[in-house]
Amino acid sequence: MATTLAPPVGAKPPAGEKPPVRAKKKRPHHWWFPFAIIAPAVIFELFIHVTPMLVGVWMSFQKLTKFYIANWANAPFAGLDNYRLALDVNGALGASLLNSFVITVAFTILVLGVSWAMGMAGAVVLQRTFPGRAIFRTLFLVPYAVPVYAGIIAWKFMFQRDTGAINYFLADNLHLIDDKPFWLIGDNAFTAAVVVAIWRTWPFAFLMLMAGLQSIPEELYEAAAVDGARPFRQWRSVTVPMLGPVNRVLFLVLFLWTFNDFNTPYILFGGAQPPAGDLISFHIYSASFLTLNFGFGAAMSVLLLVFLLVVTGIYLFVLNRRSRNA
Amino acid sequence: MKIRSIAALATISALALATAGCSGGDSGGGAGGGDTLTYWASNQGTSLENDKEVLQPLLDKFEDESGIKVDLEVIGWNDLQTRIQTAVTSGQAPDVVNIGNTWATSLQATGAFLPYGDEEMDAIGGADKFVKTALDTGGAKGETVTSVPLYGLAYGLYYNKQMFADAGLTPPTTWEEMVTAAKKLTTGDVNGITLAAGSYTENAHFAFINSAQNGAALFDDDGQPTFTSDGVVTGIKRYLDLMQTDKVADVGNAQYDNGTKSVSDFANKKAAMVINQNNADNSIAAAGMTSDEYGVVPFPAPADGDKIASFIAGINLSIFKNTKNKDAALEFVKFMTSEETQNAVGKPFASLPVLEGVAPSFTDNAEEAATFQEIYSTMAQPLPLVPAEDQFESTVGKAMNEMFATIATGGTVSEADIKEALQTAQDQVIATMG
Repeated sequence: MATTLAPPVGAKPPAGEKPPVRAKKKRPHHWWFPFAIIAPAVIFELFIHVTPMLVGVWMSFQKLTKFYIANWANAPFAGLDNYRLALDVNGALGASLLNSFVITVAFTILVLGVSWAMGMAGAVVLQRTFPGRAIFRTLFLVPYAVPVYAGIIAWKFMFQRDTGAINYFLADNLHLIDDKPFWLIGDNAFTAAVVVAIWRTWPFAFLMLMAGLQSIPEELYEAAAVDGARPFRQWRSVTVPMLGPVNRVLFLVLFLWTFNDFNTPYILFGGAQPPAGDLISFHIYSASFLTLNFGFGAAMSVLLLVFLLVVTGIYLFVLNRRSRNA
Repeated sequence: MKIRSIAALATISALALATAGCSGGDSGGGAGGGDTLTYWASNQGTSLENDKEVLQPLLDKFEDESGIKVDLEVIGWNDLQTRIQTAVTSGQAPDVVNIGNTWATSLQATGAFLPYGDEEMDAIGGADKFVKTALDTGGAKGETVTSVPLYGLAYGLYYNKQMFADAGLTPPTTWEEMVTAAKKLTTGDVNGITLAAGSYTENAHFAFINSAQNGAALFDDDGQPTFTSDGVVTGIKRYLDLMQTDKVADVGNAQYDNGTKSVSDFANKKAAMVINQNNADNSIAAAGMTSDEYGVVPFPAPADGDKIASFIAGINLSIFKNTKNKDAALEFVKFMTSEETQNAVGKPFASLPVLEGVAPSFTDNAEEAATFQEIYSTMAQPLPLVPAEDQFESTVGKAMNEMFATIATGGTVSEADIKEALQTAQDQVIATMG
């Protein structure tokens, strides 16, 4: 029993009517434009970033020493030998890599902690307008703006034992210590590296946190003050939670930059790294370029990359879970 | 797809690839067509500018004579090794380059340098024109050399004549005499001796010389490192003891990361003695000390040791294998190793002649010239001619830097400590030798 409205199959349409036209799926005009704009960036990213990285990973599986660097294709396949060398903590090279890793972790934690604290303090203090605020803001940003080499070389001169400004102030001027210590060799080298790294890093934290503070509405502070909160309580309960997103990114970025810091040890200590200041980036450079064992250096770099990826992954995972549950 | 879309995409991709390709550059040698050579020179004078001033007139003369233009770049010692390694790796290299002759065997192993076979040797004037021991440093034993000697250098013990005369001392002939003299001269602000204790290259050199004086070798005949042998350990110990137990070298020396700093101490009369290569003359003169105020004797060995006073130091000249101007490069090498050029640079670069039968011209002081010539010809041994030599320098040299740093910051370094550090250095070299 056909009570359908549709014309029976095969039936001719009633005379005089045209068959219904299927609407053509309209593609947006110039659909290819976004891809075209991105294409050069992708191509360059592949050339400059991804391809060398993949070559580096390939290198780590080859025995690329001075005998083969003029002719890479002939380097013998080394399998996991380079990795085994790097991870064998009983061997000379593995032990020094582990030592360098531990020092770098300690270095990063210290620099990160102090830079963040100083950046936070500076940002909070400079929130309020007071005469001379602009001068302070500019002054605080100077270490970040100064070219890396110039800044760190200046510190190198200051840290000289006999002629440096630091020992001059500490020993001759303020008489805080009697003997002039060495800063660039021996155990104090760690302190010197940490100080220089904090000097360079805290302005960035200061900048980010200052920008973040702008977005916190005044009313929250007023409400907290009405409820009787002292400044520190206000900071703890209003400022820090509101800066959550900024802090999340800031910590990650500062961690990665500080861990990978090559400039500070290279410029401050030059060719001969004191063991106390043996940071991992320079350690890897030293094993590759200064001994021409690129396969081994590449293996260490890959291990470093894996470590940083794992840490970053865990960090983001934990935070995402936290923010979802919040 | 519209034609316009395809065309636009194709253009953009082509542009991207073209710009990327342009910056790549060709991996050939120095200059492209035409006869222009690229020459990397090392720092032999008092400064990089000084080197340019000395070399440019010679290069102009060469251009007049041969029609070959030479593009000069002078590179400081802290960068030269890295620059050469980068050039070897990337293929973007000059035509001709100065190398420290201790690197010759390591660089030969990379295969990136032109071997001086019979044909090439004839083109530069023949192998016989060079001093035999100098030519031997050009490569591993039994293999065709890939570098020829350019400037000769040797270590000598410089001493301040006035200070010695005032203390009634004669120039030392044994290590023990040197230490006694140094102790006597260490008073107040003046130290008996000054060392470049923070320079790993200098430290490695002295590790070699002191070991050689004990008759100990750093590598055995198979090319395996033997850093932990007793002769090496005691040799290094007595060098460290100059700062540690004899206390004749200031602890501040542990920060001196190149030889010029200790030479400048000597020239400014803050130290009575300094052990340096003969190119210290120019730095000493630049600081205002005249040639008759100091004397030179061979670096003394212990009374019962072998009379080795130096290693055969110097600069060699290498040609990159991938050079596009082989004949021009060989002609340039011939020019640089000719007697005329050697005499012209002898004084400003304070170098000893590498040519057989040529008298040293680096100083007017005949006594000094004769002393250095004697050291170079009769009291010098080459550093180990093995590919791992550069790793010896960096591992043992840096270990010694750390030991000096320990001493300077108040710690002590015993023979057991030295042996341990050398064992680590040895393991590192073996691990990277593969």
